[in-house]
Amino acid sequence: MIDLQGLLSYFTHFAIMAGIYSIFCLGLNIHWGYTGLFNIGIAGFFCIGAYTSALITIPPPTGVYANYVTQVFALNLPFPFGVLGAALVCGIIAFLIGIPTLRLREDYLAIATIGIAETIRLIFHNESWIANGVRGISGIPQPLSSLVDPRNYNFIYLGIVILIMITVYILIERGIRSPWGRVLRAIREDEESASMLGKNIFAFKMQSLIFGAIVMGIGGALFAHYNKSIAPDTFTPLYGTFIIWVMLIVGGSGNSKGAILGGFVIYGLWVLPEFITRYLPVALQSRAPYIRFLIIGIVLELILRYRPRGLMGEEKHVSRLLK
Amino acid sequence: MLEIKDLRKRFGGLKAVWDCSLRVEKGSITGLIGPNGAGKTTLFNLITGFYKPDSGEIIFKGESIHGMLPHNIFKKGIFRTFQITREFNKLTVLENLMIVQHPQTGENIWNTWFLFHKVKKEEMVIRKKALEVLEFVELIDHRKEYAGALSGGQKKLLELAKSMMAEPEMVLLDEPGAGVNPTLMNKLIEKIRALSKEKGMTFFLIEHDMDLVMNLCNPVIVMSEGRKLTEGSPDYIRSHEGVLEAYLGGQYGIDPQ
Amino acid sequence: MLEVIFYGIIYGSIISLGAIGLTLVFGILRFANFFHGDLMAGGAYIAFFLITGPLAWIGLPGEPFGTTSFSIRMIIAFPVALILVAGLSVLIDRIVYKRLRQKGTSSILKAIAALGISFIIRMLIYIIWGPDQIKYFAGARRIAIHLPFQIKVRPDELIIIIIVTVLVTSLHLFLRYSRMGKAMRATADNMDLARISGINTERIIIWTWGIGGALAAAAGILYGINVALNPEMGWSFLLPLFAATILGSIGNMYGALAGGLIIGIAQQVSTLFLKPTYKPAVAFVILILILLFRPQGIFGGKQS
Repeated sequence: MIDLQGLLSYFTHFAIMAGIYSIFCLGLNIHWGYTGLFNIGIAGFFCIGAYTSALITIPPPTGVYANYVTQVFALNLPFPFGVLGAALVCGIIAFLIGIPTLRLREDYLAIATIGIAETIRLIFHNESWIANGVRGISGIPQPLSSLVDPRNYNFIYLGIVILIMITVYILIERGIRSPWGRVLRAIREDEESASMLGKNIFAFKMQSLIFGAIVMGIGGALFAHYNKSIAPDTFTPLYGTFIIWVMLIVGGSGNSKGAILGGFVIYGLWVLPEFITRYLPVALQSRAPYIRFLIIGIVLELILRYRPRGLMGEEKHVSRLLK
Repeated sequence: MLEIKDLRKRFGGLKAVWDCSLRVEKGSITGLIGPNGAGKTTLFNLITGFYKPDSGEIIFKGESIHGMLPHNIFKKGIFRTFQITREFNKLTVLENLMIVQHPQTGENIWNTWFLFHKVKKEEMVIRKKALEVLEFVELIDHRKEYAGALSGGQKKLLELAKSMMAEPEMVLLDEPGAGVNPTLMNKLIEKIRALSKEKGMTFFLIEHDMDLVMNLCNPVIVMSEGRKLTEGSPDYIRSHEGVLEAYLGGQYGIDPQ
Repeated sequence: MLEVIFYGIIYGSIISLGAIGLTLVFGILRFANFFHGDLMAGGAYIAFFLITGPLAWIGLPGEPFGTTSFSIRMIIAFPVALILVAGLSVLIDRIVYKRLRQKGTSSILKAIAALGISFIIRMLIYIIWGPDQIKYFAGARRIAIHLPFQIKVRPDELIIIIIVTVLVTSLHLFLRYSRMGKAMRATADNMDLARISGINTERIIIWTWGIGGALAAAAGILYGINVALNPEMGWSFLLPLFAATILGSIGNMYGALAGGLIIGIAQQVSTLFLKPTYKPAVAFVILILILLFRPQGIFGGKQS
């Protein structure tokens, strides 16, 4: 009986984390899967989303604690404001990155996004006046936490994550399975040809970049409120970018269901070895996370080599009207 | 309809288009021939805004379109096809046509969320039109296939179908006949004639297949070394000595491709 | 100030070595090679392995000469590591990229594969050598020589500059005068043209990976000598490498050389008024400025 309880709470935890990662995947799918935008700075939007939502919702520090914490503001607003704020700030940052890069070759966007992600992390790392520097911030409030026993809280949070995931999914599907998405996919196939058809390539790419970044920001906010504390070193290229790319490619880029599937499969593959590495020799145990990342990296290479479409691949008849 | 004056474009040391002046009359099917490297495709790229001219003028319907971006030139009513067809591979044939319609309410993401019914209605209209066009070019059975899966000749037809869908005032065709088998070729000629007659569309086409040009076009413009050499009816061009010379000379000229 | 610029040149010359390899791969193979930085790290760690492993077991002395960090072990390990990393690069090409080329995979998917390889290399380094910083010689020599203009320089730094000069000069001679070098430059200029004119592009690709890998290893080892080794060093070099490559125009070896020096100096000068940890961000800002104002780079006439 006790075991069952433990298993259930473990699966809830798993589903929350996999769900949050699926949201990042959905965002990346807008960029890469549908528009061909090569964003490898997801960690940057992840980080900004998490910090923005945290700072908006956290109460100002009081008592002794106040002596140890510095942050640029603490607004103590409800959770929805945090999520909206995260979305808004990520959208603005995406817009600013888009200006110099979207008119250029796609690999330049990739390099620029790496740069922005690293710079954002460095800023949160060094500028402790913004959000307490390396030590990060903790005590991020959880929505609806007063309703239930803390032991059962994760069920509520899982509900919130799923609700947001479904909303994001519906909004993306509506946009993609319509003329808007058709233009994005055409741009992905042949940019010049699309511009010959009167489509303003830059404007469409910009919309895609911003929309995807907003989705990533929401993912970041959900992460912050689940984890309750965040620090700059969470948002590394490995944990914040690379694993999400593998999720999307494995799930099948150009397919929102595939993005969610990939999120769950790869998150599963990421936590599964945890059970195995426990039995490794002690010397190797401290290196276990690296072994897990190694496995993920090898999975990516194998997928690219043998099944570049991923598990699901793109659907052929995307528009819902053209059955 | 289209007038080009003293157009110049150089790539490094190569004078691709040099002091080129020519006119295309409204409603005509004007052919553009010339040896490799004469600057024909470059001229198309200049007209459609792919390259910016170094100097000169491009006037369409009495308005300068010099230096405009490709998508704005499209909006003025010029559609072009490519020598090597450029369909959207992973869009279906039908989608390849539907995307041509411009403007579309559903191309604004807010409308897809908040004006969904209007978008849906409009899609139905666009779809109907696209199916009619597909019927006309006899690609209707392929409508659900990826455009990338079509044969070379079918892709040419798809390009033509796109130009019908766009209903532009002027179509620039870059070698519509290349790689097309004779049966399909006759069909293509027939379609172009029909479009010109019934819809009053103006065609300006580059072609190497002399039979096609002489059969379809009037007038024919000959380009050589970046400028217009001569212009006239197919019979006149056939008997013009300079044209043959340009072709022979062209073999030893520089080919920018 | 002069001193800071001098340090910038040393640091920049290491970036240059990496960027030259990157620009060759970028120019000839046409994709953004995101594991180039990790080849640097790989080279540095392989040299460390050689020094503490096989070369120690056969009884070679590990004591450095004079006031330098160079021992007889290092002198042997250096070229061996270069060859091993060159071989590793070629091996990666044979396993991964040959197949992707044959399938006509887009340059972006190649870049994603490169991202994957970069993480694999980094994780292997973490697993084998652990996350901590490592030095080639625990008691690194810090005795400085005084040069004019109040520049203090460690013997190591002089040797680094000499090694970089020798490598760059030999590469220059190779590209200018050897058949293979000329073919490489032609291919970088136009792959299709090179193929039509009968140049064996597969052989050129192998040479490109080999040279790129060897230079990356050299850069990594020199950085290891000058500073230290850590598993993230490859990643932290990525932005400076790409900034130098794009600044110097993709495919242009001399551009990459100059670009590396400019980035190195700019990063070093920035430490006068910014925290040193912002160095990668400085490279990033320069990169954005180039992309905004001269995306074809300072040495490029061609529009990208």
